[in-house]
Amino acid sequence: MSLLFQPGFFTSDPVRTAALVGGGAAIVSAVIGVFTVIRGQSFAGHALADVSSAGGAASFLLGISPMLGFLGMAVLAAGALELFGLRATRERDLATGIVLGAGLGLTALLLYFDVTQRSTTGAAISVMFGSMFAIPPTLVPLTALTGLAALCLTGLIYRPLLLASLDAGLAEVQGVNVRLIGLLHLLVLSLAVTLSAMTIGAILSTALLIGPAAAALRLARRPGLAILLAIAIGLASVGGGILLAYDSYGWTLGHGWPVSFFIVTLIFLIYLATGLASRSARPAPA
Amino acid sequence: MFSSFMVNAWLAGTLVALAAGVTGLFVVIRGNTFAAHALPLGTFPGAAAATFLGIDQLVGLVACAALGVIGISQLSRRQRSDVATALTLITLLGLGTLFLSLSSRYSQAVYALLFGDILAINNSELIPVAIISAAVIILTALFFRPLLLTSVSPDIAAATGVSNRLMELLFLSILALATAMSLPVVGALLVFSLMVGPASAARLITDRPLPAVCLSVAISLATIWSAIALSYVTNWPIGFFVGTLAAVCYCASQGFTRRKQGQGASPPGPPPKAEPLETGPGL
Repeated sequence: MSLLFQPGFFTSDPVRTAALVGGGAAIVSAVIGVFTVIRGQSFAGHALADVSSAGGAASFLLGISPMLGFLGMAVLAAGALELFGLRATRERDLATGIVLGAGLGLTALLLYFDVTQRSTTGAAISVMFGSMFAIPPTLVPLTALTGLAALCLTGLIYRPLLLASLDAGLAEVQGVNVRLIGLLHLLVLSLAVTLSAMTIGAILSTALLIGPAAAALRLARRPGLAILLAIAIGLASVGGGILLAYDSYGWTLGHGWPVSFFIVTLIFLIYLATGLASRSARPAPA
Repeated sequence: MFSSFMVNAWLAGTLVALAAGVTGLFVVIRGNTFAAHALPLGTFPGAAAATFLGIDQLVGLVACAALGVIGISQLSRRQRSDVATALTLITLLGLGTLFLSLSSRYSQAVYALLFGDILAINNSELIPVAIISAAVIILTALFFRPLLLTSVSPDIAAATGVSNRLMELLFLSILALATAMSLPVVGALLVFSLMVGPASAARLITDRPLPAVCLSVAISLATIWSAIALSYVTNWPIGFFVGTLAAVCYCASQGFTRRKQGQGASPPGPPPKAEPLETGPGL
């Protein structure tokens, strides 16, 4: 037991904060992620995370809370995606790419200002890859609020969102405003992405969003069950990742391995395992 | 602006723009935008790994790009391609964070690799860039017709005996090569801006393949040249100008086609409801 849990694991404040924020991000991302995977909007989810990093960079520059920076930029990007959003999937991907490119260009500029004017050289790495053990505890209430808002919004539009995601034509016939639902989904997506961008970094937040949901959808056909499974997988990988990263201080003489690495690796391994499980459970599709 | 230390920047930028313009058009036609974004971003850990292992940077980049191609094409056998791309990307990036943290004195290099540092190109790096750029263009020229056919109509391609799967793999490989070579120049995050922006503009302006390729290359050259010049004048990072100019290209061509459609025959049936909204993002 003491081999697995290094001394001080349960009493360390950074670990507790990381577990709280990371767990919250995992739950919210898993719920939204299932819809995102069903809708085939992985790219939009990834793009929002990347673009929100411009907000992270801006917050360093302006000296405001990084949370506000990430959130503001993600919501702006969601609006831009919806404005550009054309009907065909290919055009949608293209528009997403253009918004993403412009947003990243902005990030480059803001990070450049960060480095030249505020001489915060670590900004690029911490904005992009996150530093989970360095989250200030004061961020926890705001994070919890954002997560709750995202979950409530999803709960409110659960049925129409599911219908619109599975069969947009049918949803329209039933009187669902597909466009409005799409916009709301993007909004919720930007909230979820902000949460995980704060915890495991803008680039890797795609991992929490897509990984658990994709794995869960391979195991479960019913959406409700898939959401529960995705939450479980997300929480397991975040918890395991934090534990392994904490332990890793002992492996390479006082130099910890990054949490993000462990979380992503665990998610990928679980995904591969679900592939084997679903393959043995039913015959491979012809 | 054309002083000796800028010569390599202009040469490298031109080579990168040539390759990006050619491959970009196929990215746009095939709707492979996500892969075109994921490959460069997933390739950049290769540089970190190369530094950590002490091997040549380009070798690390090419190896990592190859991993990305294998990952995307293998995973997309049993999964939708956007999910497969996302999973490949996050796994490579996860490895990247590990290598970054193990070789800790790397912060400035990360910024250069993500956002580009065109002044860092030296003479010995220029030769491999030229070779790979030529390889990318020759490969695309050789397989121009089958690539185009599988992009535009996979069904007809299959009926005429062209393997869609093989072409997808070939195309991803070309993309990976173009990526690995442009990465140190324009940076992982903006290689794909240079591919997608000019090409989408070119495709909206003309429907014929060959003029579209030429136009795409021309716009891509114009983009990188203006970006280098602006970056030289303002001292701001080149990536910012590449990203912004690509978005401007796209918006301008959207406006252009809308005017063209407006002048042409009136569209059949009632106009779509969302029309007033859509004029917003134009110029």
